[in-house]
Amino acid sequence: MTDNQFMGLSPQEATLRVEASLRQRRKREKRFRLMGLAAVALALSFLVILFTGILSKGLPGMFQYYVQLDVELDRARLDPAGDLSAASLYSGDAEALILEASLASIGEEEGRKTKRALRKMVSSGASIRLIEFVQSNPQVLNTKQTIKFAVDDDIDSFLRGFIDRETPEKDRRIDDLTIDIVDRWQAAGLISYELSDYLFFGSASRDAEMAGIKGALIGSLLTLAICISIAFPLGVAAAIYLEELAPKNRWTELIEININNLAAVPSVVFGIMGLTIFIVTFGMPRSIPLVGGVVLALMTLPTIIISSRAAIRAVPPSIRDAALGIGASKMQVIFHHVIPLAMPGMLTGTIIGMAQALGETAPLLMIGMVAFIVDIPAGFMDPATVLPVQIFMWADFAERMFIQKTSAAIIVLLAFLITMNAAAIALRKKLERRW
Amino acid sequence: MAFTTQLSLLLIIALAFYTFAKRSVTSARNRGELFHSLPNYYGLWVGLAASLPAILLLILWSVIDIQLFQHWVRDYYPAEILAAGGSQEVVALAKVENLVAGIRFGDPEAWVVEASSAWSAWEHSSTTAKTVVALLLSISGGFVAYRKISNQFRARNAVERILFWALISASTIAILTTIGIVLSVLFETIRFFQLVPPTEFIFGTEWNPQFEGAERAGTGGGDAKYGMLPMFAGTFLISAIALVVAVPVGLASAIYLAEYSTPKVRATIKPLLEILAGVPTVVYGFFAALTVAPMIKQAGESVGLTVASESALAAGLVMGVMIIPFVSSLADDVINAIPQALRDAAYGLGSTKSETTRQVVLPAALPGIVAAVILAVSRAVGETMIVVMAAGLAANLSFNPLDAVTTVTSQIVTILVGDQEFESAKTLSAFALSTMLIILTLGLNFFALQIVKKYREQYD
Repeated sequence: MTDNQFMGLSPQEATLRVEASLRQRRKREKRFRLMGLAAVALALSFLVILFTGILSKGLPGMFQYYVQLDVELDRARLDPAGDLSAASLYSGDAEALILEASLASIGEEEGRKTKRALRKMVSSGASIRLIEFVQSNPQVLNTKQTIKFAVDDDIDSFLRGFIDRETPEKDRRIDDLTIDIVDRWQAAGLISYELSDYLFFGSASRDAEMAGIKGALIGSLLTLAICISIAFPLGVAAAIYLEELAPKNRWTELIEININNLAAVPSVVFGIMGLTIFIVTFGMPRSIPLVGGVVLALMTLPTIIISSRAAIRAVPPSIRDAALGIGASKMQVIFHHVIPLAMPGMLTGTIIGMAQALGETAPLLMIGMVAFIVDIPAGFMDPATVLPVQIFMWADFAERMFIQKTSAAIIVLLAFLITMNAAAIALRKKLERRW
Repeated sequence: MAFTTQLSLLLIIALAFYTFAKRSVTSARNRGELFHSLPNYYGLWVGLAASLPAILLLILWSVIDIQLFQHWVRDYYPAEILAAGGSQEVVALAKVENLVAGIRFGDPEAWVVEASSAWSAWEHSSTTAKTVVALLLSISGGFVAYRKISNQFRARNAVERILFWALISASTIAILTTIGIVLSVLFETIRFFQLVPPTEFIFGTEWNPQFEGAERAGTGGGDAKYGMLPMFAGTFLISAIALVVAVPVGLASAIYLAEYSTPKVRATIKPLLEILAGVPTVVYGFFAALTVAPMIKQAGESVGLTVASESALAAGLVMGVMIIPFVSSLADDVINAIPQALRDAAYGLGSTKSETTRQVVLPAALPGIVAAVILAVSRAVGETMIVVMAAGLAANLSFNPLDAVTTVTSQIVTILVGDQEFESAKTLSAFALSTMLIILTLGLNFFALQIVKKYREQYD
């Protein structure tokens, strides 16, 4: 017995012993508490590290370097057919005009080496930009205009300081002549660092300086539109049946077990199901938002059903009883009283489910939404990719500038997700009712 | 988008019927006639009769006619393609379908042109017939339903019965999805096991399906081996690393939040931690591959260790961070469910808060915590993007966290992304791996639920 050790002690001695053990115990208490605090701090510091890592890389990725050139918009050369049609403009000499403008910008007329260097310094999308500019403002033809063009991604990396001018020329991605031209441009104040319009309005491209997320963003929206229009009605209907109408029997139990199991199935498995059922068996095309949306809907269905059931359960029975008491039918009780009262909870669950679907990558890789798609999707049956998959593809590219563009795309994705989650929280706070 | 047009046409007709029926019942009521139900229900009844059967027919027809075309178009294939079967036919079908969609690759063969023009003709007549039949069905359905309306007709009961069945069928989607998942992997897995014996797959320690092409071409260079053990070893290694991070941190923060923090602190910290779970996995993958992996490599090499540039450690650590909120919020729920009376009893005996937590609360919450950890394992095993981006593809049977390993999910993704021949053992092996993955995750989930169920009722 532990009591025995205190037998025969004088009261003073006993007090001393107890005090000693108390000190020990208080110390242990403090240590335990600090451990918990440290764990929370550690977890939060991971969050901080993750976000600073992404932000520090991604914020510069939202900007890029442009060079400002005075281009002589000679109509005869730009638009050989003279009708401003796309065919005529693209067969025109836009590229040469830009090259001449860049030669003029450094005050040189000729020189094969200079020309060759300059051709690689302005983004290869510059001529398209020039043509689009002319198409939307035909009055500028035959005048001299100052236009900003993106610089090539190597020049961009050099300007950001990722390429060291001290490294020997043959180990560098850009040669001495190029660096000299960049210096001259900078001295003339032609280089500017601005918010990247390619990032937000460009579509997929192998050229880092031209790559943008517009196509992926629209693909994401189309996919989510399909996803929500399937998952929300089905999820709410299933929740209503299970909470309000289902008898307690084996069939109902089977449905509930299935819902719980589906919530635990890895997302990549839903992709495999989409691949075999929709693409191989039903012969639907690959890479389309329709299939992606259906797959994501099936994946988010358990989340929506579970949260909708919780919302329905939170509606007090007295409301149902009151409605039944004045002669409403079961369906009238559900559709006139229970659903409107449970709606905030259901919407919250749906928004969280949609946020999950927006960030999902693996199932969409399975159904081929990973293809390199330049065109901006116009409908649910057009090949498309989505934002997370775009991030995955960019992460694989070697160019330095893609790392920043990827981080910038991640920031856009996170901004969407945080907005959606904040909306869910706000909705819950605003409409939540305590009965 | 013919389908959307047809659908909106049907909906407009249904809306017209709804308004018409509702209005005629309303005016009859105003004349003093008595009806069983409110006018709205008569409108709904007619509107549903005008739309539901027609829409169902439309969907069914659209699914079936493509299957029929795919069958009929085989008459146009040259004999050698039909003889070769399998993947040749898939290619032939793709050629025809591309041309139908107006996509031309070079100069298509004569039979492709012929087949695709026949296909277009079928498609055209099918669409016309479909539209006409659906419209007729819709209008006649609406009229029949409208004729049924009388003072005695119980429209509300009829509409509610339809609604009831609609709700039931929505709830069966969960079962259909499960069946879909099982069927989609089952057949391919069986076909795989016809090519590779199950024992070789389950107990094999070598995995190199990339030799498959060479083997079939007969150029030698080694046999393709399909042993799943290296991948499961990799999966468990990475999951174990993730748990070493997530369980202590998650559990300790759950204890702190549940037992020590004030409600206000808890209300701010908990959502912050849950942000970690809301960050898309592709972001974690990017972070692991670009920031964590090089850091670990550098740190390891500075103390003289050889570290693979895609080490299991990097993927595991980042995955652990992702799982922290998963463990902490589940454990938090469990700890909060322990009745206050137990704590009060311990305080009454003079124990400190930490003693109460360690010796009373945690033992009582243990089953729930174990279940939470098992669910976290299941999550880690099924996680895909982090390992695809950060763990590499080398199928090493290794338990060294500094080596590159591969996992089940990353192999599935690598094999199935892009266009594959659907007949090869390599492609089929991905389905066998998925079957194993499903069995494993569902098993873990089932196990966790059993634990929860068995020990839950103690304090209720």
